[in-house]
Amino acid sequence: MTSVGALAGLAGAAHAAPPTAEVNTTGLAVTDTEVTVGILHSVTGTMAISETGSVQAEKLAIAQINASGGILGRQIKVVQEDGASDWPTFAEKARKLLVSDKTAAVFGCWTSASRKAVLPVFEKENGLLYYPTFYEGLEESPNVFYTGQEATQQILAGIDWVMKEKGAKSFYLLGSDYIWPRTSNKIARKHIEMNGAKVLGEEYFALGHTQFNSAINKIKLRKPDVIYAIIVGGSNVAFYKQLKAAGVDLSKQTLLTISVTEDEVLGIGGENIAGAYASMKYFQSLDNPNNTAFVAAFKEMWGKDIVIGDVTQAAYLGPWLWKAAVEKAGSFDVDKVRAASPDIELTTAPEGYVKIHPNHHLWSKTRIGLAKPDGQFEVLYETAELMEPDPFPKGYQ
Amino acid sequence: MFDGYTASELVSILAMQGFAGLILFSVFLLMALGLAIIFGQMGVINMAHGEFMILGAYMTYLTSTITAEYFPGLFAGYFFVAMLVAFITAGALGLLMEWALIRHLYKRPLDTLLATWGVSLILQQTYRSVFGAREVGVSLPDWMMGALPLSDTIEVPINGLFVMALTLVISGIVFLLMFRSSWGLQVRAVTQNRVMAGAAGINGRRVDAMTFALGCGIAGVAGSAFTMIGSTGPTSGQLYIVDTFLVVVFGGAQSLLGTIASALTISQSQSTLEFFLSGSMAKVFTLLVVVLILLIRPQGLFVLKVRKA
Repeated sequence: MTSVGALAGLAGAAHAAPPTAEVNTTGLAVTDTEVTVGILHSVTGTMAISETGSVQAEKLAIAQINASGGILGRQIKVVQEDGASDWPTFAEKARKLLVSDKTAAVFGCWTSASRKAVLPVFEKENGLLYYPTFYEGLEESPNVFYTGQEATQQILAGIDWVMKEKGAKSFYLLGSDYIWPRTSNKIARKHIEMNGAKVLGEEYFALGHTQFNSAINKIKLRKPDVIYAIIVGGSNVAFYKQLKAAGVDLSKQTLLTISVTEDEVLGIGGENIAGAYASMKYFQSLDNPNNTAFVAAFKEMWGKDIVIGDVTQAAYLGPWLWKAAVEKAGSFDVDKVRAASPDIELTTAPEGYVKIHPNHHLWSKTRIGLAKPDGQFEVLYETAELMEPDPFPKGYQ
Repeated sequence: MFDGYTASELVSILAMQGFAGLILFSVFLLMALGLAIIFGQMGVINMAHGEFMILGAYMTYLTSTITAEYFPGLFAGYFFVAMLVAFITAGALGLLMEWALIRHLYKRPLDTLLATWGVSLILQQTYRSVFGAREVGVSLPDWMMGALPLSDTIEVPINGLFVMALTLVISGIVFLLMFRSSWGLQVRAVTQNRVMAGAAGINGRRVDAMTFALGCGIAGVAGSAFTMIGSTGPTSGQLYIVDTFLVVVFGGAQSLLGTIASALTISQSQSTLEFFLSGSMAKVFTLLVVVLILLIRPQGLFVLKVRKA
């Protein structure tokens, strides 16, 4: 009896879905009942800490899409590969996902280095990548959709806010020593100086650096209105703990960061970073019905103690944006999905509302969050309008 | 270079950088002491040293969580219990590793490098399975946070002072053990001439095991102390291992005194340079200095004459 029922259900689904020959003319892994996509993140190696949240968010989105009937009547099947925090491995796995598995879309990558490594593969094989991390910009590819913010979106509104609200006239820039912080600080410095404020110092530390006493001493002596920190990963724990231990009171000294999300706060400890401001597009505490449902579903699937950071939410948008574009195109073909993508909107996004720009980035709001001792951010401000993505900002390079 | 600073500010700079350098010195010494004992006395290159430190950090995390949950009244003092727990667990794991793996490789020092590196990977994966891939936050009692004001512009972080005191105590204990106890005499005898030591009735096997366990236990305590300043995640140990080897090799592998001198040299040049250059440039210059000195003195700062058996 059950097998008959299952067959009937299968037949029913196949009947509702348009025939494969129509929706897939380029030989992707699409059958009458299934469509295969790839997830390509590091689940081992040093980046696993960051990328775990992205994998969880993408799997949640795919599970929800499947539960609501799939895409064009087809259930999504996932092939997951591990980039292992190693850029050549990322390129190799991307080739495998596109050439052997013929995936219709891939959700993945986190660091700019891994994205740059897979980019030629996606362009050569005409694949589709949804990339979730906020990043430095200076890139636009027909084969990539960037669901995180590019640098100007994240940086400008934050600096404008501290200048207006805190009357900030001087800044001290700190960052980890690689492309994202350096490019971001270049944009930040330009914007600060164009607005008539001063940069009192700019300093970079090797990834994994854990001794910030000297930098903190300099900050105490030069007394900048704002400490502007783009330190990434585990170094953050050292930086905020030492800042607090050195007696820098973040309720009196303004600190603005674009690199600390709820994920990093878990390691830092809420009491050590309370009072700092973060500028990004998403915080777990955002108060809207989309987000309430998203947070509840995320915790139900992955555990109640879990926290959700900006990148995790951006990763969640990937499968939904792809679904919307495929349905608008009426096809899984990469060229058609790409052509259908500009101006696709997502009114159900946890961050509120987003829209795809023709340059493949998202229009999004930028928000300022105040770090609280419980490890969450209180949203103090958001831009009135969606900010236009500008990956090649004129005058900022 | 000194533009924009008044004379009194310069005095403050020098004082505060001096303290920053001293704290860095303590951190380096705490990291390197365990490694130096194992490497110097036994010739074993322990690539898993960082993971033993992180074991201590995770033990501190567990102790703090348990204390906060069941004995909130004792939270102010939990750190001392945590250090003891860290020492015992890391030491016990070291004993196990020595028994299962290292003792078969004493005659092949380069193989110990591979074997302990394997152990470090296994430990990292174990931490990831047990504690999760994300970093854990270790909360500290309030008295450990904040700074001690010495003057209007000079302040010293309390956790830095704590690390300094801890380093002093541990170095003192190690010194007494190595140079003032009969056990230390046995360790040194085995290092200098294993066959003769055996002939004199010293049980070389037991000395090896205890030395190894001591080195690992100190790594655990160091890890416990680093929860105050560093991060605790499955791969955090990797952050420390290069600096640690740098200190040990620069100091002259066989000499504990060399380790101290080396930690002092590296920390002071790093801290002084850091004030005038940016953080990563200071590191580059420090490494350059180390390489130059090693070119002139390949054996490191201090050389101990050893008669090979």
